[in-house]
Amino acid sequence: MSILNIFNQVEISHYIYLSTVLFCIGLFGVLFRRNAIILLMCIELMLNAVNLLFTAFSSYMGDSDGQIFVFFIMVVAAAEAAVGLAILVLVYRHTRSTDVSFLDRLKG
Amino acid sequence: MQNLPIPFLVLSFLTILSALYVVTSKNPVHSVLALIFTFFTISAHYVLLNAQFLAIVNLIVYAGAIMVLFLFVLMLLNLSKDTEPVKSNWWGIAAAISAGSLLLIITAAFQVSGEAVAKNPVEGLGLVKALGKVLFTRFVVPFELTGILFLAAMVGAVLLGKREKGNDVLISKEESKG
Repeated sequence: MSILNIFNQVEISHYIYLSTVLFCIGLFGVLFRRNAIILLMCIELMLNAVNLLFTAFSSYMGDSDGQIFVFFIMVVAAAEAAVGLAILVLVYRHTRSTDVSFLDRLKG
Repeated sequence: MQNLPIPFLVLSFLTILSALYVVTSKNPVHSVLALIFTFFTISAHYVLLNAQFLAIVNLIVYAGAIMVLFLFVLMLLNLSKDTEPVKSNWWGIAAAISAGSLLLIITAAFQVSGEAVAKNPVEGLGLVKALGKVLFTRFVVPFELTGILFLAAMVGAVLLGKREKGNDVLISKEESKG
């Protein structure tokens, strides 16, 4: 058994609210911040909110498919972070800044 | 709000607080550290939810690998101090309104849809044995595809990160111009 029997004490709706709040905080960060590294971090935050909800539903329903999906989301997040940061380093070499507002002129 | 257990409340509070700090902190290094703390609290949530394997994988992959990569790039580009230009207040207000209305709509949709959730927790669901059986039988094709995805991501990252001589010339030309 787990440390405390959470399934009888916490409704799944509380997990839905928690991950919704986390997702919206991440969305706010993506809209608000300009530093590209912080943007990538906010995307990771949103992915983690979804992961939490997947795990909560999987555990409450007694079906392991949700946890497998969390596994795949983590894989995609790792690949995304690696390629995104490589692009970021490239952008920094060209513009000497990680400000995304410099990237509005895609003239090549 | 009925009687929620204290560990759940404390963990949720810490999660939301550190997530807010990630977004609002001026110093990028503080943001990264707060995000690592958020991942730790989410791992604790996984332990509460009987998903022990995912808790460990979350710590290893996110807090261990991805965040170290972020921190490394941050140090490499020497962005540890605040270099972000000040945005106008209107931008923050617009972002807050957008995120807040999404929050409102999702919670309202959930309230309307009502609670139709069956509780059927299974013993030992989140352990390696149970997950491995599913992963290597029904999900074996996606599992192999993730290998291809990782290979493509690795090749892409190496290709992008490779320093070419032409690029340097371009930068020095631009810098001498501007």
